[in-house]
Amino acid sequence: MAQPVIHTHQLTRKFGDFVAVNAISFDVQPGEIFGFLGANGAGKTTAMRILCGLLSPTSGEATVAGFDVYRQNEEIKKHIGYMSQKFSLYENLTVRENIQFFGGIYGLSRQELKEKTNNLIERVGLHDEADKLVGSLPLGWKQKISFSVAILHRPKIVFLDEPTGGVDPITRRQFWDMIYDAAHEGITLFVTTHYMDEAEYCDRVSIMVDGAIAALDTPAGLKKQFNATNMDEVFLQLARGAKRSDG
Amino acid sequence: MILMMPIIQLIVIPLAADYEIKQISISVVDQDHSPYSQKLVHKLTASGYFQLVEYTQSYAQASKTVNNGNTDLILTIPQHFERDLIKSNKAQLHLAADAVNGVRAGLGTAYAAQMIGDFNREVREEWMLLPKFNEIPQIEITSANWFNQHFDYHLFMVPGILAILVTMVGCFLTALNIVAEKEVGTIEQINVSPIKKYEFILGKLIPFWVLGMVSITLGMVFAFLIFRIIPVGSYLTIYAFSAVYLLGVLGIGLLISTFADTQQQATLFSFFCMMVFILLGGLYTPIESMPEWAQWLTRINPPAYFIKVIRAVFIKGSSFSDLIPDFLAMIGFAILFNALAVFNYRKRSA
Repeated sequence: MAQPVIHTHQLTRKFGDFVAVNAISFDVQPGEIFGFLGANGAGKTTAMRILCGLLSPTSGEATVAGFDVYRQNEEIKKHIGYMSQKFSLYENLTVRENIQFFGGIYGLSRQELKEKTNNLIERVGLHDEADKLVGSLPLGWKQKISFSVAILHRPKIVFLDEPTGGVDPITRRQFWDMIYDAAHEGITLFVTTHYMDEAEYCDRVSIMVDGAIAALDTPAGLKKQFNATNMDEVFLQLARGAKRSDG
Repeated sequence: MILMMPIIQLIVIPLAADYEIKQISISVVDQDHSPYSQKLVHKLTASGYFQLVEYTQSYAQASKTVNNGNTDLILTIPQHFERDLIKSNKAQLHLAADAVNGVRAGLGTAYAAQMIGDFNREVREEWMLLPKFNEIPQIEITSANWFNQHFDYHLFMVPGILAILVTMVGCFLTALNIVAEKEVGTIEQINVSPIKKYEFILGKLIPFWVLGMVSITLGMVFAFLIFRIIPVGSYLTIYAFSAVYLLGVLGIGLLISTFADTQQQATLFSFFCMMVFILLGGLYTPIESMPEWAQWLTRINPPAYFIKVIRAVFIKGSSFSDLIPDFLAMIGFAILFNALAVFNYRKRSA
């Protein structure tokens, strides 16, 4: 088996007395679509922010793309893409300007940028909207653009934090097609979601409860383990035991 | 919008906050009713600074008028004013001021005292023409106002407000801009990228620096259009100082943005800073008349330097070499604040 692209061992993050992430250990293999599930407040986003180098861990170890999260967090950033829960492109720039701005930050050359921008606009089907302000577009399109920008620099791993929250079923379907395309190109995808049908699309799924990983397997494996017919049941069985929720 | 606010200030403040006071209401309590007392009253009212609201014999009546707020000053001319003045060459007058508005009271008494002095001299001169009966040694104070000959208040205020304008544009905008990115979440997309801290900060500094330079240019245009104020010194000196000063101010804005999480916090804190900057900057009150400890504080207050410099260039025409110590201080501030901002900016939360 190849070197895992994400490796964590007993990774922990505390905020005062509150243990947001409690000693999680898992590996993600290259090219995998890794589903990271859990109820609101289970610690998914915190864990993801640590892996992206946005938050320091309290203890435990973790490497991303072979770089240590404690010392080499800036190195990690060159090899990952990140799409946060909040839409975070510049709403007062056009689609084209956003692509060029973020591409520029990742050090793409002028030639590459031009090519990729056109390529991206083509793929997402935004010919007419390319020069419109991002703020004026519907949410589904924004999310597709966000994702395309996150993989613009060909990262090894892309972290997607609830990428399809609030998006209609058709757009969600298209979004997952884009995720599959990226996976085919060899990009590893680390996805959080609340939609259990989406969990079925993942190669492997981990379910977090109260900051710890309660289960980790392929969707089929999980269903068998919990004697359930679909992922919904698996999730409910686990999440019911949760002591903390955001209400 | 953001440029209009300071420009309106630039126009309104010097016109409104004018310390030159005209139309001081005066009540005269004349208990003498002599030609000399009449002459004195006439002299006061003819000056244009005083407006006679009441001419009475009773002090009680006049003080009632003060209580009503209808007069600022009571001049009491006692009985036998003329007789004493002629006989013993000495007479007393009494001035009382409504000091609720201290500035008005102070200036009112000062003007009145000056005019009474004038009156005194005139009376003497009159007597001199008569056979001299004694030699009165006379000392007269003459004064000359250098650089601002007519004590033009606008000439004094406008450059100072120009300095505050640049400070506001620099400090507020930078702080708010970055904190807005924190609120919207775009800063996270930046922080997750491999961009270097100094690259990000330069990216924020340069546009606001340009905006600051534009605002000072606009400010000078308006200073000319409205107040006909043109710097006596060179524009180059003004721009050189503005360029360095702006870097310092932007640094302060950046520093604020590194520890404020919401725009409210940033606004409140910038506002607090601006108050201190203005009050300790010597815009309204001269630094030289502040207590020792406050004077010491002004030495670490960047706008104090800039207000001093810009006034010196505008009014005195100071050259760059006259102001080198201030220039060095500003470079120091620019380095200090930006270094602190870069140091305090975290791409990863602890």
